[in-house]
Amino acid sequence: MAHSSWFAVRQALAPRRRFVLSLMSFGLPLLIWCLVSYVPGIWHPMIKITDPGSASYFSDGMLLNKDLFYKEQIRLEKEGKAPPQGIPANPVYLPTPGAVATAFYTAFTTPPQRRDEKWLYQSLGDSISVIFLGFLISSLIAIPLGILAGTFDLFSRLTEPFVEFFRYLPAPAFGALAVAILGINEAPKIAIIVIGTFFQQVLVVANTTRKIDASLLEAAMTLGANRLHLLFRVVIPGMLPDLFRDVRVLLGWAWTYLIVAEMIGASSGITWFITQQARYKNFDNVYAAIMMIGFIGITTDLLLAWLSRRIFPWQRGIKA
Amino acid sequence: MNVNVTDSPGQAPSYLDQTEAVSARFDRLKKRPVVLEVKGLGKTFDSSQGPVTALKDINFKVHQREFVCVIGPSGCGKSTLIRILAGLEQASGGAVLLDGKPVDGPGPDRGMVFQGYTLFPWLTVKKNVMFGLQVSGRSGLPEQEALQWIDLVGLSKFANHYPHQLSGGMKQRVAIARALANQPRILLMDEPFGALDAQTQARMQSHLMEIWKNIDITIVFITHDLDEAIYLADRILVLKAHPGEVQEIIEVPVPQPRSPDHLETPEFIATKKHIESLIHPKSLDEEEGEHLNMMRMVHVDDAVGDIF
Ligand SMILES: Nc1ncnc2c1ncn2[C@@H]1O[C@H](COP(=O)(O)OP(=O)(O)OP(=O)(O)O)[C@@H](O)[C@H]1O
Ligand SMILES: [Mg+2]
Repeated sequence: MAHSSWFAVRQALAPRRRFVLSLMSFGLPLLIWCLVSYVPGIWHPMIKITDPGSASYFSDGMLLNKDLFYKEQIRLEKEGKAPPQGIPANPVYLPTPGAVATAFYTAFTTPPQRRDEKWLYQSLGDSISVIFLGFLISSLIAIPLGILAGTFDLFSRLTEPFVEFFRYLPAPAFGALAVAILGINEAPKIAIIVIGTFFQQVLVVANTTRKIDASLLEAAMTLGANRLHLLFRVVIPGMLPDLFRDVRVLLGWAWTYLIVAEMIGASSGITWFITQQARYKNFDNVYAAIMMIGFIGITTDLLLAWLSRRIFPWQRGIKA
Repeated sequence: MNVNVTDSPGQAPSYLDQTEAVSARFDRLKKRPVVLEVKGLGKTFDSSQGPVTALKDINFKVHQREFVCVIGPSGCGKSTLIRILAGLEQASGGAVLLDGKPVDGPGPDRGMVFQGYTLFPWLTVKKNVMFGLQVSGRSGLPEQEALQWIDLVGLSKFANHYPHQLSGGMKQRVAIARALANQPRILLMDEPFGALDAQTQARMQSHLMEIWKNIDITIVFITHDLDEAIYLADRILVLKAHPGEVQEIIEVPVPQPRSPDHLETPEFIATKKHIESLIHPKSLDEEEGEHLNMMRMVHVDDAVGDIF
């Protein structure tokens, strides 16, 4: 086993190798980012002015196209005036990892510019509460409905055709309607998350429910199980681990609807912060905020995965 | 014990020849109450190619504590038959009577062991065996009872294991315990040992015989393995295919209780020959020209030109 191939089909690598590879999956993109940011020879299509010289419209710290800079430099040299000085730089939309890391920290320590604005951690809290409430409301209805639709044809026929239709309607289209009905604060935002998640969730849960092995149901029936037993003692316990996985995937989708949700009514939350910072061209803040979402996402996902392993010990040997 | 009734020297014994002891046992067996009666049973499936008759006019009786094997070529409707007995499939015609009452749908009075492993993966061995006791709401201590049944199949040490931690043979033993825990009138088994290796299969057979001897249970057992059928059964129901009909009901002349030593007795061999001729009639094979269209697929100058 020690010398098994790195490319064995459908076989898990040794734990050490897997760990190293997992680190690399984060390390490699970071390495590329660092190379592009800190090694002057790689990319750097712009020039950052360190000394404007006698170029009247250059100023210190300005970012310029290389062509433009060299043309101006040659022109001024020919005329015998002081040429501008500069160093190669990347466009403003690609800040260095260091700058982003700093922004990550300062975003939490910098007070808001205006008194009625919120601190970043407050915006983040608002976003999490919108996602959480939206996803909770959606799940509370969609999961039972999906299980019923996956178990009883009656519910499947009664709901799924409409759900299939509705899930093609873009959730953002309901923004104005949601504001008109629910006001401008949290409620319409939560509604958008619910609309975005609910219909997919019903279908996904119904399909997961249908994956339960029919022979398990038959075995239960020959043991004397009635319909309620089948539902509560076979279908639901049998599908729970898969349901957990669905919830993890769908929670990721809910975050994509957050962008739209936070644009409507009174703008707020982390995505509003991102939009605003992009407008001011504070791209280090933009990246920092995007990464915060990423960290929250992966943390909840790991937490759910860990929880799933704890509550479903019987899944360990089955591994999909 | 092996006294042949026919006394024609030089001729191989027939499967119909029974020693007095065996014959007397069959007389007693047929006087026992009938647990299961199948009358004029038929089943037609509607497939996209039109109706398929899987079973046609099946008639037989199973007596209390009898062990009946059903054997027949692949596709003759063995699974369909046992699924109808279990109530998992609706018959197109005829009736299935359990203790004289027609069966309607699956119920705990007919336990079933499937060919595939159908243990609930989220329940431990103990909880799997307790399942039937709990859903049928029987009084008593389900846990104590379950442990007794687990002990009967020799898996006490594994009571708290999950199914994925067990071997195939162990899983089927749990499935048997789970079915028996309900104390059904009849135990239906659809090729339960078909997926096991030969040694495990032999051990499971002895195990099943042991259980059958010790508790009040009537068994209908489906198999495609001749040795298994003759080794286990009091009587063998031989089905033929297209449509599935009863070809013959054979009283196995091998004396009970059985042991692996019986596999080489003349009765055993005679019975096996007879069933073989029923299931794979020689003349038919030749008529239908059942041979493979083989081409020579090695080069003439291949390093190994001829393997003989
Ligand atoms: N749901 C179905 N729809 C249509 N035809 C079916 C269906 N189930 C079984 N059949 C047909 O009924 C016949 C009997 O099938 P069955 O599974 O009972 O055979 P079997 O004797 O158990 O075969 P095997 O030994 O291979 O398990 C086959 O010809 C099969 O094609
Ligand atoms: Mg079958």
